[in-house]
Amino acid sequence: MPPREGTYGLLAEFETPGDLVRAAQQAYKDGWRRLDCYSPYPVEEAAEAIGFHRNKVPLLCLIGGLMGGAAMFSLETWISVLAYPLNVAGRPTYSWPAFAVPAYEWTILWAGLSAAFGMLALNGLPSLYHPLFNAPNFRDGALTDKFFLCLEALDPKFDRVETKAYLENMKPVSVVEVDY
Amino acid sequence: MATSKVDLHDRIDPATGEYRVVAPGETFRSVTEKITRIVLTPHTPLGWFGYFAVAGAGATMLLVALCWLFLKGVGIWAITQPVAWGFAIINFVWWIGIGHAGTLISAILLLFKQGWRNAISRFAEAMTIFAVACAGLFPLIHVGRPWLGYWLFPLPFTMTVWPQFRSPLMWDVFAVSTYATISVVFWYIGMVPDLGTFRDRSQSKLGQYVYGMLSLGWRGSARHWMRYETASLLLAGLATPLVLSVHTVISFDFAVAVLPGWHTTVFPPLFVAGAIYSGFAMVLTLAIPLRKYYHLEALVTERHIDNMGKLMLVTGFIVAYGYAIEAFMGWYSADHWEAFLVWNEMFGPMGWSYWMLIASNVAIPLTTLWSRKLRTNMAFMFFISIVVNTGMWMERFVIVVVSLTRDFLPSSWGTYRATKWDYMTFAGTLGFFTFLFLLFVRFLPMIPMNEVRMLLPSAKVKQKTGPEVVS
Repeated sequence: MPPREGTYGLLAEFETPGDLVRAAQQAYKDGWRRLDCYSPYPVEEAAEAIGFHRNKVPLLCLIGGLMGGAAMFSLETWISVLAYPLNVAGRPTYSWPAFAVPAYEWTILWAGLSAAFGMLALNGLPSLYHPLFNAPNFRDGALTDKFFLCLEALDPKFDRVETKAYLENMKPVSVVEVDY
Repeated sequence: MATSKVDLHDRIDPATGEYRVVAPGETFRSVTEKITRIVLTPHTPLGWFGYFAVAGAGATMLLVALCWLFLKGVGIWAITQPVAWGFAIINFVWWIGIGHAGTLISAILLLFKQGWRNAISRFAEAMTIFAVACAGLFPLIHVGRPWLGYWLFPLPFTMTVWPQFRSPLMWDVFAVSTYATISVVFWYIGMVPDLGTFRDRSQSKLGQYVYGMLSLGWRGSARHWMRYETASLLLAGLATPLVLSVHTVISFDFAVAVLPGWHTTVFPPLFVAGAIYSGFAMVLTLAIPLRKYYHLEALVTERHIDNMGKLMLVTGFIVAYGYAIEAFMGWYSADHWEAFLVWNEMFGPMGWSYWMLIASNVAIPLTTLWSRKLRTNMAFMFFISIVVNTGMWMERFVIVVVSLTRDFLPSSWGTYRATKWDYMTFAGTLGFFTFLFLLFVRFLPMIPMNEVRMLLPSAKVKQKTGPEVVS
């Protein structure tokens, strides 16, 4: 993607999570859809406020786990029955109870890896650059003690002057313009 | 150390009506400052270098012992027939067990919504990873030809030889490798937002680059946080059955054999409880000096130490129950060999090890940990943690060595006396573990800032438009 130019959005800074959540609820109610909240720790109410209720991480985790378990069980069966059958004290080559243990471990392994890396992929991470890091106050507070609401320029309702006035109505500490 | 009586008023937060887990007066910024200043200062405390030198010497000793081992073979150790599993397997089981408390704190207590775990979860997880690293070393060097260690994995060789999946030793490979991988992923994912804080607060160019890379560009978006929380919860939910399975599988290494003293169904729960017991002891061994030297008493409070003492009391009693059942089954099985084993453990030539284990795992901790006064006495808790760690090591010694010295046929009985290389390898891993841990404390966030912030009263979202606690 070629680097975009112009304005990314308007960033309002708040002191408390409550102020952020109320502002986000207001913006969502007023029809804003390209918006996001930024907080130094998970604020569940903020995600609810911007209409983000469900995510796909559990589904990825389930698929990963099932595939991991099935892969290991099939591998064990193939090795013990076809590739390298060994007679150990007359036990059947297809001794599935013994195969359950590594299959169980691999279910957990791949479910965990899918959840972790799936979460990163859905979040679009790693992405070391983001326009928000250009905002003068973002890096000082976003991961320390400040709460931010960003209304993005991609939203059809966005207008540099009107939106700024709209955000200032919400009594933030500051509103700054963020460039790409 | 302070053992003052804490009254109820101090322990309950007036703002939330909940039990306090962070000292009063802390804010988002003060918590962040407390943790970032440990890492982001250009001045490393002199004491750190002192400990680092000692731990580095230990790690070097491990390197020397390993080099000699690779040159000469496992004959430099005391292992022979009948004791073919000596220190290497004792240390393996002991180290893996220590790791278990880290996962218990980070995963099981998370699922039970125990807020107090947040402050200690990160370094407990680090402890897990370094302990698993030390543990994983032992089976690898014990196989005799470690350069062929990859034979353990089902890989398509030109010889077309494949592993035998009906052996518990093979299950072990998958249990331990999964445990190591999931622990590292859980630990790293948990650290990403805090690394973002370091990136933003670092003054040096190098720090900004390195923490910037490691934080993967984390910016605290509400959508990201929700997926992150889901993933953390899922990882916790997965790590819980995993941690229980790992020591269970390790106990199968013993329980599936026919040797008296090994062939018993009490092993899986006994191993898991013992693992958590020794793990909490190791968390205390690390936490008590850390909170003192880095002045973290406001975050790792007396209540943390007290709670860990209680958990040790519970797991200690499960362990004591296991010992009682072992002794009881020796009589109740009416099996000559089982009865002899119990007698041999207690009164045989190595009986001292059994009584040492009873003293340090049962007699000393389980009589004293009832007292709240003692549980909040830091010096005493540090002492107890060392005692329990020793006791759990002795337990592995009794299981591995004493059982093997005298099995069915008196003609094949033997004894065991560890060589200096055995001791050097074990002491070396202690040094290596401390070495890694000191590096972690110096360069990574040892307390999860984002999780501690959630515990502060100002983190609660209030829907009413009244005045809020401003941090």
